[in-house]
Amino acid sequence: MTTEPRVPTRMGDGTFTEMTRSEIRADLIAGSEAAAKRAKVPPLTDGEIDHLLEIYASPARFIGVDVGEEIVLSCDGTGMKTHATRIQDLQSYEQWMGADLLELCVGDYSLKVVRTILAYEAQYMHDAQLCTIAPLQYGVMPNLGLYSKPDGPCENWNELLPLGRIEEARAAEEEAVEMAVSDMVKLADSQWEAGADAIDWDTTGASGDPEFLAALKATRIIRDKYPDMGVQLGMAGEFVLGMHGELEWGGKRLAGLWPKDQLLLAQEAGATMFGPVVNVNTGKSLAWNIARAIALIKPCMEVAEIPVHPNAGMGVGAVPMFVHPPADAVCRSAKAFTELLHVDGL
Amino acid sequence: MHNAHAQAASIGGIRAGGDLVARMQMTRGMRLKEAKQYVADKLGVTPFDLSDPVVMTDVRNEFGFGRIHSYAISQPWQANQIEAKFNIAKALDVPINCVERFKERTGAGVTA
Repeated sequence: MTTEPRVPTRMGDGTFTEMTRSEIRADLIAGSEAAAKRAKVPPLTDGEIDHLLEIYASPARFIGVDVGEEIVLSCDGTGMKTHATRIQDLQSYEQWMGADLLELCVGDYSLKVVRTILAYEAQYMHDAQLCTIAPLQYGVMPNLGLYSKPDGPCENWNELLPLGRIEEARAAEEEAVEMAVSDMVKLADSQWEAGADAIDWDTTGASGDPEFLAALKATRIIRDKYPDMGVQLGMAGEFVLGMHGELEWGGKRLAGLWPKDQLLLAQEAGATMFGPVVNVNTGKSLAWNIARAIALIKPCMEVAEIPVHPNAGMGVGAVPMFVHPPADAVCRSAKAFTELLHVDGL
Repeated sequence: MHNAHAQAASIGGIRAGGDLVARMQMTRGMRLKEAKQYVADKLGVTPFDLSDPVVMTDVRNEFGFGRIHSYAISQPWQANQIEAKFNIAKALDVPINCVERFKERTGAGVTA
């Protein structure tokens, strides 16, 4: 039995556990090696492991980045009627929380739902822009699944695929992509007219490669149509699922892409900010999860020409899968991403 | 969660200069170092100053960028909200969409 002191830390589901420094270090190495094995990325260096160890073996309740090294927070979901009207929520985030940027959205957050209320959302953006200072974007998730039956008009590829009806499934996905692109551009049209600073495609790729393609196509159209409009493209997961399998962008197959290649396509399409995601394994420690996340996203930072804001919320970026993530875990994620990857924001 | 991130790592929004740096990232695709330097140069401060609310409160007052407002510390004579964004667009030399729309719809700033 070891006499090495144990420090409190957490698992990916947020529950407390106690680990020694040696155990935390071993988990950091294991998380890094898991990323290297799966995504063919370089494992973290000894120096990076040591740096993470200082962060994750600290018994401090709260830690932060060095003074002067602060980053931008891309605060999605800040205006979604959490406690007052949506405009009052935006003002609260701006005035009380010091949010660097703001986002207007609806609770459902799905593109297809918003498509039916574009005029109302544009009016709300117009009103919100008159009484806020921080840059204000409109956020939705493409959520391509809603374009399939029974929610939408397209055949349901998730039902067709298990039946082996591959070509029909692919045709349905391709039909949905075109509908989503049309809706994304119409949303951007109305929001730009209303005064929005940017559009945020959040959780892109949740429905796999067709959804990622839709976001890329819409981003390219918006970039050409509105050169001054920001487009933030945030991902749903670390790996683009091949729900279609043959879709490409600029000759690059989308299925199976990891964060670095996702970023390259996003910036080529015209995005102004990119949000890579690494999902949390709830059965592993936060040390294991942060090392895996840092190793997976690190290759992005070496080729990024646009700001990179890794997602660090519930269940992603080594923030526990819990509805109110503990501050001790959140601050460690923020410090680790900032100091090891020199991210542009979170 | 937002509070924890904000305390651990954020520039601080309009408490300091976070909104200004964010605007250059969001609409110009500038990376963090470039965006901080751009804003600092335009305001005559250092990138380090941008996250200091003591320095930036004076800077925001000077440029009319708007700042934290409550009835206990109100500044009714200073620019705020859409007014502040006119001043931000001018100082940072970037078009702000809602400011341009405001000009179109009111005739403000139209000289011809």
